[in-house]
Amino acid sequence: MTSSPVLTLNGLSKTFGSIQAADAINLELFRGEVLALLGENGAGKTTLMNMLFGHYMPDDGTIDIIDDSGHTEPLQLGNPQASIAAGIGMVHQHFTLAENLDALDNIMLGSEKFLNIRRNKPQAVQKVQKIMNDSGLVAPMDVAVGKLTVGERQRVEILKALYQDVKILVLDEPTAVLTPQEADKLFENITAMTRNGLSVIFISHKLREVLAFSNRIAVLRHGEKVGEISSKEADERKIARLMVGEDTKISSRKKIKVGAPVLELDNLTISGSSKRESISNINLSVNKHEILGIAGISGNGQTVLANAISGLVKPSSGKIKIDGKTITSNDPSSIIQAGVGRIPEDRHKDGIVGQMSVAENMIIEDLNSGKIQSRGLLNREAIMQHCSDLSSKYDVRGPGPNASARLLSGGNIQKLILARVFEASPKLILANQPTRGLDLGAAADVANRLLEARQRGSGVVLISEDLDEILSLSDRIMVIYDGNLRMAETHNRESLGLMMAGEIA
Amino acid sequence: MVEIFQILLSESFWAASLRIATPLIFGVLGALICEKSGVLNLGIEGIFVAGAMSGWMAVWLGAGLWGGVLVAALAGGFFGLIHAILTVPLGLSQHVSGLGVTLFATSVSYFSYRTALPNVSSPPRIEPFRPLEIPILSDLPFIGAVLSQQTALTWLALFMVGLVWYVMNRTGLGVAIKAVGDNPNSVDAQGLSVYGLRIGAIVAGSALMALGGAFLTMSAFDAFFFGMVNGRGWICIALVIFASWKPGKALLGALLFGAFDALQVRMQTEVGAKVPSQVFLAAPYILSILALVIAARRAEYPRALLTPWFKGQR
Repeated sequence: MTSSPVLTLNGLSKTFGSIQAADAINLELFRGEVLALLGENGAGKTTLMNMLFGHYMPDDGTIDIIDDSGHTEPLQLGNPQASIAAGIGMVHQHFTLAENLDALDNIMLGSEKFLNIRRNKPQAVQKVQKIMNDSGLVAPMDVAVGKLTVGERQRVEILKALYQDVKILVLDEPTAVLTPQEADKLFENITAMTRNGLSVIFISHKLREVLAFSNRIAVLRHGEKVGEISSKEADERKIARLMVGEDTKISSRKKIKVGAPVLELDNLTISGSSKRESISNINLSVNKHEILGIAGISGNGQTVLANAISGLVKPSSGKIKIDGKTITSNDPSSIIQAGVGRIPEDRHKDGIVGQMSVAENMIIEDLNSGKIQSRGLLNREAIMQHCSDLSSKYDVRGPGPNASARLLSGGNIQKLILARVFEASPKLILANQPTRGLDLGAAADVANRLLEARQRGSGVVLISEDLDEILSLSDRIMVIYDGNLRMAETHNRESLGLMMAGEIA
Repeated sequence: MVEIFQILLSESFWAASLRIATPLIFGVLGALICEKSGVLNLGIEGIFVAGAMSGWMAVWLGAGLWGGVLVAALAGGFFGLIHAILTVPLGLSQHVSGLGVTLFATSVSYFSYRTALPNVSSPPRIEPFRPLEIPILSDLPFIGAVLSQQTALTWLALFMVGLVWYVMNRTGLGVAIKAVGDNPNSVDAQGLSVYGLRIGAIVAGSALMALGGAFLTMSAFDAFFFGMVNGRGWICIALVIFASWKPGKALLGALLFGAFDALQVRMQTEVGAKVPSQVFLAAPYILSILALVIAARRAEYPRALLTPWFKGQR
């Protein structure tokens, strides 16, 4: 690439408490390129971008903006307004939209004088229309954002950034909530915009889209930049090794004969208060030695399906059989007794009790076992022993068994839950989005544990939005869309993606 | 029944309704602005007292009537600022801080009154706002008679309804206030100050609340009494929900309450012999609760109401 740089980050550093989130990071961005920023959770990607956008004040370092005529101007740090004025737009990882306002108001927010007697909406509409034409990103402007789909909201977020006449666009995990087709379309639009001189930095966990749509890849690890490669020379293995510092391998799925069914759902229907909370006529069975993958964009009934199997909601009609026995009472603890191990979707909220200690969280589903209590009194020594055994076996790292569980990182919370679930040798494992938000190392660990459980004879229901995960782990795949569950005959990204979008039944 | 119709058709009933509604209009608008920005202001009851006391005191000490109104607004803004600092950058509980401000503002007002007037038995009077004759409006049949009994402060309250509506729905400032009350990150991401918007909204809203108090001592009556605010602030907190945070409906809610109150006073004199007077005194509140039960089911709370936001914690 022969073009000139538009942005240089020089030795940016930031510490939070004792954690070095960014350590003297240097980075250049060239005109018209797409730079992918990769790294595990906590590697410092979002911190770095938040410093660029002025949300965080760097402890050390400078940022330079180079304009069209080659003139270099230092950016005023820690001031989002200065960053916007310098032509930097940021699309945050979590939506920053006011849901009570329509898209146009969200887009105009902050770009007009507060006390203008009349707002110039027609002119704004015209400008947005032009941006829509140039970028191919279309969203309705006059509907409250709360009523838009996530895909539309994501486009509003990007339009909002483009409206500020950006030269540099930062996208923090822009495709996390999109279907594969929507994601591909988004990147096509972004590629088109770079031809008009826009420079783009995007953060992603998905190696596939990074390889397909970026020109250059910068990899961060533990707050340091550990590598920079051109996307043409990169492959998934190379990048993964840079990110983690070592090879992560998911063990391959060995052929194994399935056993008797451990979970059968027979015409299960739940009529919730909204569409998201309803499922209709679900039939499925999961056998011993089998992983059933359930793919789908979140909000299509996965949560209520998982809650039904866990006994948290009562079905309107239909039957749930675990290990051949019909579940009559919907009582979570009797379902755990029946041999169901749960890895909940929201691990912070439903997986642990944050205020209780790590050791207490390890035993919380097994309070009646003779190992940890006698005559109603807990045996503290045994609990501590149990906790330290499991911590080393499952590699749970943190500030110790007596520390509050909420102090653990997301990956370690998930390991704690895995330890609790797998130690109970469950007949059925219900894993709902088990690797969401985890870094490569922790995600590979979860995948390997699930395969190990399958080998041991458990049946596994794997609910996930991540198609790569579904494809690599599942024996059979079903797709949930709008509360309906369908068997996928062909196991490839394209047909699953279309089923997830409800386009083929 | 005949008596009710006679009351409802009398000019004096409607004039009284509008007069009783006036402080509530100021109060509801003030609470609405605070809550739209995401902060509940339970300091309202105390801010009413502070507005009533300081406005009256300023006039008694020799300021003009509009000077008194200005002093009341400044006093309200001051107590609003205390609430704003505690709840916005410091992120303390909005309930606790609001109740604290109410206790503080009430006590400071009573204390100042007693310090200035240690030995009076009957409260000293001022010359209050006079009813305002508006040339053409006052000549209209019926309505003219109702409107010509109102003072400038009532007209100001009605004007404020329009102004608040205009600012909230037709200006960039209103958009920003609504956004900060729904998702503060949306404002932060556009380079605007969450703290600035919220503090500004609370101070402005509190100044409006204080005008409600000032109306009591400078228009409805001509003196300051202990306990004269008598829960009007709390009624406003309920009326905001009734109004689902819309200025037009806030006016309607205040008028409805004013009408209930005016009606109960008149009913007391009509049928007071048969029914205990306490029933009539309680009636407006009971009717307000009923109205609230019906309206609140559909109320769409500002999503970020009661949730503090901290810079740099994303």
